[in-house]
Amino acid sequence: MRIEITGLVCRYGTTPAISGVDLTIADGEFVALLGPSGSGKTTLLRAMAGLEIPEAGGLAFDGADALALPPNRRGVGFVFQHYALFKHMTVADNIAFGLSIRPRARRPDQAAIAAKVDELLELVQLPGLGRRYPQQLSGGQRQRVALARALAIEPQLLLLDEPFGALDTQVRTELRLWLKDLHRRLGVTSVFVTHDQEEAMELADRIVVMRAGRIEQIGTPAEVYAAPASPFVYGFLGQANQIGCTIAAGVARAGAVVLADGLDLPDGPATAWFRPYQIDVAPDGPALDGDLIDLSAIGARVKGTLSHEGRLVTLELSDRTSLVVGPCRWRPREVRIYPAA
Amino acid sequence: MATSLQAAGFARRGLIALAFLLLLVFLVAPLVLVFTRAFGDGLAAPIAALREPDALAAIRLTLLVAAIAVPLNLVFGLAASWAIAKFRFAGRSLLITLIDLPLSVSPVVSGLVYVLVFGAQGLLGPWFTAHGIKIVFAVPGIVLASVFVTLPFVARELIPLMEAQGRLEEEAALTLGANGWQTFWRITLPNVRWGLLYGVLLCNARAMGEFGAVSVVSGHIRGMTNTMPLHIEVLYNEYNLPAAFTVAALLALLALVTLAAKSLLEWHLADEPSTSNR
Repeated sequence: MRIEITGLVCRYGTTPAISGVDLTIADGEFVALLGPSGSGKTTLLRAMAGLEIPEAGGLAFDGADALALPPNRRGVGFVFQHYALFKHMTVADNIAFGLSIRPRARRPDQAAIAAKVDELLELVQLPGLGRRYPQQLSGGQRQRVALARALAIEPQLLLLDEPFGALDTQVRTELRLWLKDLHRRLGVTSVFVTHDQEEAMELADRIVVMRAGRIEQIGTPAEVYAAPASPFVYGFLGQANQIGCTIAAGVARAGAVVLADGLDLPDGPATAWFRPYQIDVAPDGPALDGDLIDLSAIGARVKGTLSHEGRLVTLELSDRTSLVVGPCRWRPREVRIYPAA
Repeated sequence: MATSLQAAGFARRGLIALAFLLLLVFLVAPLVLVFTRAFGDGLAAPIAALREPDALAAIRLTLLVAAIAVPLNLVFGLAASWAIAKFRFAGRSLLITLIDLPLSVSPVVSGLVYVLVFGAQGLLGPWFTAHGIKIVFAVPGIVLASVFVTLPFVARELIPLMEAQGRLEEEAALTLGANGWQTFWRITLPNVRWGLLYGVLLCNARAMGEFGAVSVVSGHIRGMTNTMPLHIEVLYNEYNLPAAFTVAALLALLALVTLAAKSLLEWHLADEPSTSNR
């Protein structure tokens, strides 16, 4: 299903949660809403499901207005962070719920529902656990039941709110791969919320980075990672360093080092951003002065901290030769330049 | 270390013994006395006392009052606690305070309020009298007073329960296609069913046992507006002690059945997997 969101605004009391979001999601796409807590990503997801009522803006499913529909008629599958399984029902009853409450004319018969439940239990790799109660399952199993329950109504759109947020790391990694595979097989348009950039990178076709109720950037994981639209996105997508520099005639310099050229930015002060692994120590040619204050080897890699003009810069190298604590010469490469705010 | 642990052990056993002693003196002994006084001289006298028309009328009236007050408060308690626990609205804390009012006000005052509103000289009394409806010193007044004093029991039991459960399961049901009624019957209600039953039991015990408020609005007309507690008082004042203790024993029995049902419920709650984190 194709989703079109236009100028969406949501408010909690007087606090804006989303202030003007435009987003189009293609049929079958797997989209991540990525952002820190309070960025409005969960509100946006809930608004798509009809659990929040937007103050302004539009939401269309395949071109048809969805805001006019109450949540129980949108046909959207929703998976909650804390599962929200029905505690008083068995796993099978949980999964069957969406089908068993349908009006008689559209309700499959008992046998068909039971067959569907078995099929879904198989799909989420929990065969034979239908008679258990949610309390008797582990976190990862509960989340898979929640997913099966949402899939039972054959939704055209699947929404997942921090689906792995309440799970421990190992289970999370496992479930992630499994969910990616599941999406590939089912092809249902899916949107998930996460604050974990790695999770977003690994799973999504496209990432929507949100901040303070607005969209900061939309793009494929590769695009967003390679060309973050703002320092915020750069910093959010992984460990980042920044140093001051100056732009003159499209060339950014820090001291004698040319950091980047051919820039389409105004002259004046700016900041250069780079990742810990985008650093050369003791390079040939012009370089910056720094003070290497800490070094530690983790397996084959070396992590270190150097101090440059009062700022701390973290570095990560694969080659540990020629590294000693003390004054050093260094140079960042492949930097992103953002004009000073 | 050993001596301090021993001392703590002595203190613990001492306190437990004290608690049991107090319970025995203040709760069990009077109860046992009620039953021995009622049935001490054989069963003939108690049976005669219960078959007396005024006693039968009192029992009937008590059951009638409970049969009206309990369902009313069941519905009200469910509606009020649902609204309070799941939504934020203006006047919410006022509603919580109002629900507690019957617990904090003396039952006599609760009864008097109804006399003031519906009595012959009261606010609405003349209008009702003109239309041939008698409220005070009649059954409707007794029902009203009982509903008032038992109002908090169901709601008090449900509000914390529903607040702890939050809205997530209901939202999940909604996204799965359930309408409001289906969500209520299949998700909200089953989630609180044991707590609700517990509240209903407490509400019922109070509705049958209420004395103060009912006493004010009843008018003590024998065979017509006397509930069991009022009937006991009348018999007692007439020095008809065997009959008074017989009816008292019956009332106490109702309370004991309620308590037993409550204990059974709690025992059941501890067992059931679907409610283990209640």
